[in-house]
Amino acid sequence: MAPDLSEAVKGRLREWTYSLGGPGARERLEKLTPPRNEYGVDPYGFDTEYMVAAVAPLFWLYRKYFRVQVHGIEHVPAEGRALLVGNHSGQLPFDGAMIEVAFLLDRDPPRAIRALMDTWVPTLPFVSTFMARCGQVVGTPENCRRLLAADEALLVFPEGTRGLNKPFRERYQLQRFGLGFMRLALESGAPVIPVAVVGAEEQAPALFDLRPLAKLLSFPAWPVTPTLLPLPLPTRYHLHFGEPITFRGAPDEDDEQLERKVAEVESAVRALLERGLKERRHIFW
Amino acid sequence: MSAPFPSPPGDPPAPSGMPGSVLVTGISGNLGRALAKQLHAETRVVGVDRRPFAGKPKDIEHHQVDLRKARVEEAFRHRPVEAVIHMGIMHDPHMPFSEAHSFNLVGTQRILELCVRHGVRKVVVLSSASVYGPRPENSNFLEEETPLMAADRFSDVRDLIELDMYAQSFMWKHPEVETVIVRPVNIVGPTVRNAPSNYLRLEVPITVMGFDPMLQLIHEEDACRALVLALRPGLRGVFNVTGPGEVPLSMVLRELGRRPLPVPQPLLRAMVRRAFQARITSFPPEEVDHIQYLCVVDGSRFAREAGWSPRYTLRETIRSVL
Repeated sequence: MAPDLSEAVKGRLREWTYSLGGPGARERLEKLTPPRNEYGVDPYGFDTEYMVAAVAPLFWLYRKYFRVQVHGIEHVPAEGRALLVGNHSGQLPFDGAMIEVAFLLDRDPPRAIRALMDTWVPTLPFVSTFMARCGQVVGTPENCRRLLAADEALLVFPEGTRGLNKPFRERYQLQRFGLGFMRLALESGAPVIPVAVVGAEEQAPALFDLRPLAKLLSFPAWPVTPTLLPLPLPTRYHLHFGEPITFRGAPDEDDEQLERKVAEVESAVRALLERGLKERRHIFW
Repeated sequence: MSAPFPSPPGDPPAPSGMPGSVLVTGISGNLGRALAKQLHAETRVVGVDRRPFAGKPKDIEHHQVDLRKARVEEAFRHRPVEAVIHMGIMHDPHMPFSEAHSFNLVGTQRILELCVRHGVRKVVVLSSASVYGPRPENSNFLEEETPLMAADRFSDVRDLIELDMYAQSFMWKHPEVETVIVRPVNIVGPTVRNAPSNYLRLEVPITVMGFDPMLQLIHEEDACRALVLALRPGLRGVFNVTGPGEVPLSMVLRELGRRPLPVPQPLLRAMVRRAFQARITSFPPEEVDHIQYLCVVDGSRFAREAGWSPRYTLRETIRSVL
């Protein structure tokens, strides 16, 4: 009984996904063929059949709610290792989800991007399973190395929760970038592709972060918004992708030299953000 | 109920340079007996176990003795021993901790000392991939150098970790003995009765609501073949040993036709703790981690250096508990 029910629900969701994707979406999505075993999963637990069903609500958010506009996605190579490095914002990480959906809906052939999660995510019921079946992994250096060696594209937010959970008054101000992604870029030779997300900052303006409560619940943050909950408003998203930058050097070089290279990425993201903000006509449409 | 599946593969070909005699500790256990069955056709097998060896083949010489006793040495003296497979590890979660601890560690120390004294050239120590421990922050594929963190949440594997580390220090201290530490993933099969296979045999297994970690299983005969492969001359070091792949827990349970009962995590932990204390279940409460978080290893080193590959497919391995 229960499996039948869930199969029926999955079937419905899949149809919804295809209809939101528009004409040819089914054929395009069927081009996604990661290595799978007889149970339909790759060694990381990525299950394209599950994903096509589970992403339907995200497709709806992408098309109908945030009405995402994509600029410069052609800068991201169709295959081969790559590190997408973006600004993180919006209290809840819809920015990452929308970037990934862009590569499924607005790109032919589609590409499954692997986003890196915080180690907190695997402790969350349902979310942990959803993320794993959609190809997301915990952002440990070993995982990144392995995926880049397998010529996958990774999405990294070097600001981490510093960027995601910053208060509204600091919107579109980049927080300190971690250095880890640069070591990976140097080690693997993967090009860095700057990404700017415009629109996510306004989806859930946080007045302040209720740190003691977050600590008590072992959450990374507890943002307080005018609605009290960090539910997103229907702002319009703009995703800007910049030209790939290839860095040369030793992965174990001094932090100072790494910082210089990271600053280059930061300024590329900042430039994209500034352009995106200038081009944007309105927050909501 | 059980669907027919391809008959188990035949005996492995004799690896070149099979030692002339192999002493196996813990030979009377289910895995030990399966190993003896594979091994005695190829070489002279000497068994040591404090339990009697039920259904012992005639050509196996068995010494029923506690590993901690001086009398163990007789097994080495009788005829020369060229290699030792040490799998005599006790892990009954209801056993008083001190007794198991002393058996496992003093026994291991004793056996390794005897190996040096009697010029044994090769020692294979059976550890387990669970020494890394299931943790939310784990990488998807743990390599052999990963710290053995299992004990910070689960004190029962402390013995196994100490044993593994003791064997590692033995490996460095005694370069004249070729030491191999084998860390297989969850061993399942028709005869083994360990926690993972007992769990998979439950008609209504309890799962953690909203969690579905990837699992790695290895068939008991494949695990034994890996131990035999580790006897190969020249091989030395620590090796993860993997089976035919990774699969989500939910798909394993579906393949077995189980009806899983998902329970929210906080409730489940309290339930299992009560049930364990009341001796209703043999699953220690910390075992919940294994059905909630990832503990998947990278087995490529053993595949590369020893030429390892399992014989049983993923489906056959899963169904072997039926």
